[in-house]
Amino acid sequence: MTKTLKKIEESASTIHSKITKKQKPSMSFPIRSLSNVKYIPKRGFLELIGQKKSRTLTVNTVKTFAQTLRVMSLSKELIEKDDIATKREAYYVSKNWDEARFEEQPESDTVIDDVEAMFEVNREQLGFIPEEKGGDVAGKLVVIDKDQETGKQLKIDCTKFGSGAYSIPISTEHLKFETNAKFVLVIETAGMFQRLVKHNYWKKANCILISMGGVPTRACRRFIRRLSEGKKIPVYVFVDGDPYGISNIYRTLKVGSGNAAHINQYFCVPNARYLGITPQDIIDYKLPTHPLKDVDIKRAKDALKNDPFIKRYKEWQKAINQLLKMGVRAEQQALAKHGLNYVIEKYLPQKLKKANSFLP
Amino acid sequence: MATKKKRKKLTETEHKVTAHDLAKKQREISVSEFFTKNRHLLGFDNPRKALLTTIKEGIDNSLDACEEAKILPDIKVRINQVKNTEDRFRVTIEDNGPGILKSQIPKIFGKLLYGSKFHRLKMSRGQQGIGISAAGMYGQLTTGKPILITSKVSPKKPAHHYSLVVDTQKNEPRIIKDEIVDYDSKRGTKVVIELEARYQKGRQSVDGYIEQTSIANPHTDITYINPEDKETRYPRASKELPADPKEIKPHPYGIELGILIKMLHDTNAKNLRSCLTNDFSRVSTKVANEICEKAGLHGKARPSRIAVQEADALFKAIKLTKIMNPPTDCISPIGEESIIKGLKKQINADFFTSNTRPPSVYRGNPFQIEVGLAYGGDLPEEGLIRLLRFANRVPLLYQQSACVIAESVMGTSWRNYGLQQSAGALPSGPVLLMVHLASVWVPFTSESKEAIAHYPEIEKEVKLALQECGRHLSTFIKRKRKAADEFKKKSYIKKYIPHIGVALKEILSLNDRQEKKIVNNLTDILERSRS
Repeated sequence: MTKTLKKIEESASTIHSKITKKQKPSMSFPIRSLSNVKYIPKRGFLELIGQKKSRTLTVNTVKTFAQTLRVMSLSKELIEKDDIATKREAYYVSKNWDEARFEEQPESDTVIDDVEAMFEVNREQLGFIPEEKGGDVAGKLVVIDKDQETGKQLKIDCTKFGSGAYSIPISTEHLKFETNAKFVLVIETAGMFQRLVKHNYWKKANCILISMGGVPTRACRRFIRRLSEGKKIPVYVFVDGDPYGISNIYRTLKVGSGNAAHINQYFCVPNARYLGITPQDIIDYKLPTHPLKDVDIKRAKDALKNDPFIKRYKEWQKAINQLLKMGVRAEQQALAKHGLNYVIEKYLPQKLKKANSFLP
Repeated sequence: MATKKKRKKLTETEHKVTAHDLAKKQREISVSEFFTKNRHLLGFDNPRKALLTTIKEGIDNSLDACEEAKILPDIKVRINQVKNTEDRFRVTIEDNGPGILKSQIPKIFGKLLYGSKFHRLKMSRGQQGIGISAAGMYGQLTTGKPILITSKVSPKKPAHHYSLVVDTQKNEPRIIKDEIVDYDSKRGTKVVIELEARYQKGRQSVDGYIEQTSIANPHTDITYINPEDKETRYPRASKELPADPKEIKPHPYGIELGILIKMLHDTNAKNLRSCLTNDFSRVSTKVANEICEKAGLHGKARPSRIAVQEADALFKAIKLTKIMNPPTDCISPIGEESIIKGLKKQINADFFTSNTRPPSVYRGNPFQIEVGLAYGGDLPEEGLIRLLRFANRVPLLYQQSACVIAESVMGTSWRNYGLQQSAGALPSGPVLLMVHLASVWVPFTSESKEAIAHYPEIEKEVKLALQECGRHLSTFIKRKRKAADEFKKKSYIKKYIPHIGVALKEILSLNDRQEKKIVNNLTDILERSRS
């Protein structure tokens, strides 16, 4: 924590001394886009190449400049008081800043993201927390947490939630795990997760089930990363067979995002593997499909051209090209065509037998 | 079956109509009949327009007369509603012009198609000698009342008063009253017409017409009293009379076959060659010979004979011969300065500009285009611009969309000049635009003189003038925007710099003096960077 404090103070003091010398102060931020990241499989995540943009104080930037400094000051206050603020709360705090206040939340979110990138820390370290929840967990896992009041150890058994599930908290750094599961199955949709929970699939397969509900949140990514790394268990990802499932959901989980590359180091799951739905599954299991939409095609082509992760793996290029050629996509739940429990009885067991052939 | 038989019978009877029968039906059409059938052509379509046209014709005549006599015009227009009626009005138009000789009064006001302006080519408001007598006849037809004229030609001579009606069978004036009266002014003419009409306020009405007349004629002083007895004064903004336009002979390119035949008939010249050189503009002996040669005619031929037999060949030969453009010094534009004076008098705006193009020629007729533009101030920010059209200083209020002026304005890309414009529409913004066409012969689309016909030469000149004014406008708008930006920057600095001071103070635990120094230094730095 003090490390972040120091960074804020150093940066403010550089600006201050420039001003004292009657020079124009400036701040610099890494460029937040896929064009500014590289992928080295050994390191396991998308990391910044180091292109920066600098924001020099001019008449046109004076408003954002002032707002950025005020956000830094707010962050310092939060850290010192060991307090937290959601991004929404931070937005409301700014309403005390007269003309420097934010009109809409997206404006303050952008500035918070900028500060986060500038110091190359995650926003939790700045005292800002997201509203989003982490994801749901069920199966052979015991999460060790602390009681919020007494600080006493709490053991949460994820097999004891019945038809419900354990909810991943926003901050996961303090959690410890106990498990003897063989693998973690990460699922895109809440619907598929519900089906597997209802039929106690985790008992049958001796695994941990985690639902992401779309693109995984930072907390969810960090939770899976710490669990799989700490307990050395493989992670298999089960998403829709479409460009969004592959290049947004799976890619973000495994190697992080281009937009917040400065934190990918912590928020990636390098040993995740892609179980399905693969383009080949669509053929092998004769799945019902929908035609690819224009946005799907654009996303797929964009991934082939610009995504350092996809560009690194011939297998992925082959799979995406195959999907483009077929011109269709298939959802996880399309397996229901063969019977509601086909996924539990046939699909997953068959796929898991060939776990080493999963896409990287 | 019955109907079929009947129809057959009918055709048979029709065949039996003889030339004698037809001759019984053939008679001269009386002027009143012609007028009643064609009143829309003359601008009397409905009671509202009748009132406007009557006043317009009166003002046109007064202004033309004053200018020809080199008198700065003072015009008084008054509209009274006739007591106990809904739709009867008495229109009085009074000027300080040269007056009209006693002997001419009956013909000018009591005979259709009598006037000094049709037989010459000279820039003037009236063209055909229909206007004022048509207004009088309209009054007579709708109310039965005569037209009243009082005129005084010199302070030393008495004023004459006439009360006239038109004999609608013969197209001749009939004098009801002819007397000598007292008249206050040194000289001038007063015309009173009673007519069936409707008074309405607004731009397309008498009010708008008088306002616009005053804009395009800044040398005129107009007093206007509306039917509600409200007096409005449009004072003179310039003491300069427009230069007297010169009269010119018709140019061969400008005439039509029918007119050519008529001219050949009426000429005083003994032979074709001298007819061409004497009666037309820009025809030298050499050019006349060339025309005759191309037409296969002898230069010594008798014009009246040509008129009957070879006019067509002559007409074609004229088109094939290269003839110099007519002289253009016969046009008297309002002038860039006077346009701005006229606009400033009526419009409160931030910016004025104008452009007078050099004279040009369409189909042998010289013409000149002028544009005036006012921007900002009291002009409404929202909606389309206001376009005022003028022909020989006369406002055109109707049929805007049929007019070459409107088309040229729409065909100009105003976005280049800082205004918004959707495709095929007038631009929008706080702009008043006036476009004036001055010509010895204005090509109206109809006798009611509301829209100007499309000649490519005219459209081109209008566009060039618009573009010139547009360039001035865009310079002004840019400068204004720059000033607004400057102001915004200044207020930005004031607003946000203190926040940088506060934030740095909080983060670095500075004291008030240090905070103040930050604010002062930053203000300095940014102020400097702006210049």
